[in-house]
Amino acid sequence: MASQVHSLDDHVSRINRQDKVATGVLTVIVGLVMLLVVAIIAYILVRGGTRALTPGFLTNPSAAEEAPGIVYQLWDSFYMLIVTLVISVPISLGAAIFLVEYAPDNWVTSAAKTAIETLSSLPSIVVGMFGSLFFVVTLGWGISIIAGACALTMFNIPILVRTIQQALEDVPRSQRDAALAMGLTRWETTINVLLPAAMPAIVTGIVLSAGRVFGEAAALIFTSGSAPARLNFANPFNFVSPTCPFNIFRPACSLAVYIWRLTSEPTDGSVEIVWGTATVLLVCVLLFNLLARLLGKFLSRRLTAE
Amino acid sequence: MAKLMPKRQLENVGLGITGLCVALVALVVVTLIVMVAQQGLTTFFVDGVNPVEFLTGQNWIPEQERYGALPMIVGSFAVTLLSTVFALPVAVGSAIFVVEVAPGFGRRVFQPFIELLVGIPSVVYGVLGLYVINSLMRAAFGDPAGTGAGILSGSIVLAVMILPTITTLSMDALRAVPNQYREGSYALGCTRWQTVWHVVLKSALPSLMTAVILGMTRAFGETLAVQMVIGGVERSMPSGLLDPASTLTAALTAGLSNATSGSVYYHALWSLGLILLVMSLVFILIIHLIGKKGAKANG
Repeated sequence: MASQVHSLDDHVSRINRQDKVATGVLTVIVGLVMLLVVAIIAYILVRGGTRALTPGFLTNPSAAEEAPGIVYQLWDSFYMLIVTLVISVPISLGAAIFLVEYAPDNWVTSAAKTAIETLSSLPSIVVGMFGSLFFVVTLGWGISIIAGACALTMFNIPILVRTIQQALEDVPRSQRDAALAMGLTRWETTINVLLPAAMPAIVTGIVLSAGRVFGEAAALIFTSGSAPARLNFANPFNFVSPTCPFNIFRPACSLAVYIWRLTSEPTDGSVEIVWGTATVLLVCVLLFNLLARLLGKFLSRRLTAE
Repeated sequence: MAKLMPKRQLENVGLGITGLCVALVALVVVTLIVMVAQQGLTTFFVDGVNPVEFLTGQNWIPEQERYGALPMIVGSFAVTLLSTVFALPVAVGSAIFVVEVAPGFGRRVFQPFIELLVGIPSVVYGVLGLYVINSLMRAAFGDPAGTGAGILSGSIVLAVMILPTITTLSMDALRAVPNQYREGSYALGCTRWQTVWHVVLKSALPSLMTAVILGMTRAFGETLAVQMVIGGVERSMPSGLLDPASTLTAALTAGLSNATSGSVYYHALWSLGLILLVMSLVFILIIHLIGKKGAKANG
């Protein structure tokens, strides 16, 4: 009897000790992960910060003799992002509405879902390869912003469809039922009730995906090119000129592609430019993250407080 | 007031527009698969490269018309498995902590932190790997590490990149475990760790496996970060973790700009793309199988 009590005490103290050790180990792991995140971001900002803040880095072209900069790459990145969003947002919105509201429960729907899932798991270089043949050669667009934007669209659509789908599904069922009971069609319900209610989450999702698109490079190397562009901002409305900043049929080099190019073909002093560009890229992506959060909060307050 | 469209017609318009969007996406995916398959199979059916030799050949030397993809296949699987091994304990460990031990801290502090890691672009990881990890490798292993580029450095960079994917999905998996399970276990006098180990993890196992497979999918398809770090040697098999090697994605990135379209080399690169495509389909299949099995196990 006594030995049984003794062994039970042993057992209890053993499992308590195990519990403490496990909690300790888990705490250390979480601490290390957070330290890693801070270290990565701080290292990049410190290593490239001085270069990024050098006068001229953000305003000079990369071919400049003194103080080469990244202004054209910066412009190309944002312009390509906007073109991508203009193409991908309507398509994703339509596809997500179809999947949430209309999708009949049959093989067509499950085939469409599988197609989107396939797209989301494809390596971006395969999308780039496909783009370099289909958009560039078959459709005859050449190495161009529009070909790059279409490749980015393929990369962006699965992410967007999933967030928009989630946002629409999160609208309370009672709102949908009430609208349908009032005699609205599903289309009217979607446009007038569901979309406004889901808008904060959708906008947050779009801005977050913009951050992902902004840093993508593998899909772009063979579709929009990697040669630094020469732009002429003095004459921005000559749309067929290869130096026109708004021409969507000219090659372009985004920040991410520029970094890749400089690391694979290093020149004198390119290491510093790489770090500077990486810092600018990281700051832009972090700003997109921040913007997504703020915009989401602002919109949900605006739309639900009425 | 404008004349309203009849309701039925309006509904059809809605169905048409949204259906068209889905059809467009599906069409693009089908086009992609057909095109990659067509170009990739040309190597074997038109150019006469033996598919078995292609998959098992140990030398990739386009100048000598030797197309053996095994070094890249081995490289891809090596970095994928190794980075998963590095990332898995850390990811599941932190997921357990923020779901079971400190849920409030998890939602408010840890989640935004880990999302920052998702946002960092692939090339930036590549730059870090190229200039930081590779010199750490040289410092740690000395001469055998060479330039520092190799499978080990590639795996470390990839481990950091897939960490947020596995962590967030594991957090979702653990949160989905019904609370009654935990309460039942505590009512039997189990400690928190016993509850986590015997009840929560076991019940969340299928979703955790899905999380790992999704992480592996990302590692397998990751392109530029690996290409910048791994050294890009396709000629022969890597003989160790510190040797420069190559992966399918890295070989594609490096090769596609030099290949003239229509040449055997160009088609052989598409065959590598085809392998990548098939592998990502296999990963999706595995995820579906796990999902089905998990649904059956949970009734």
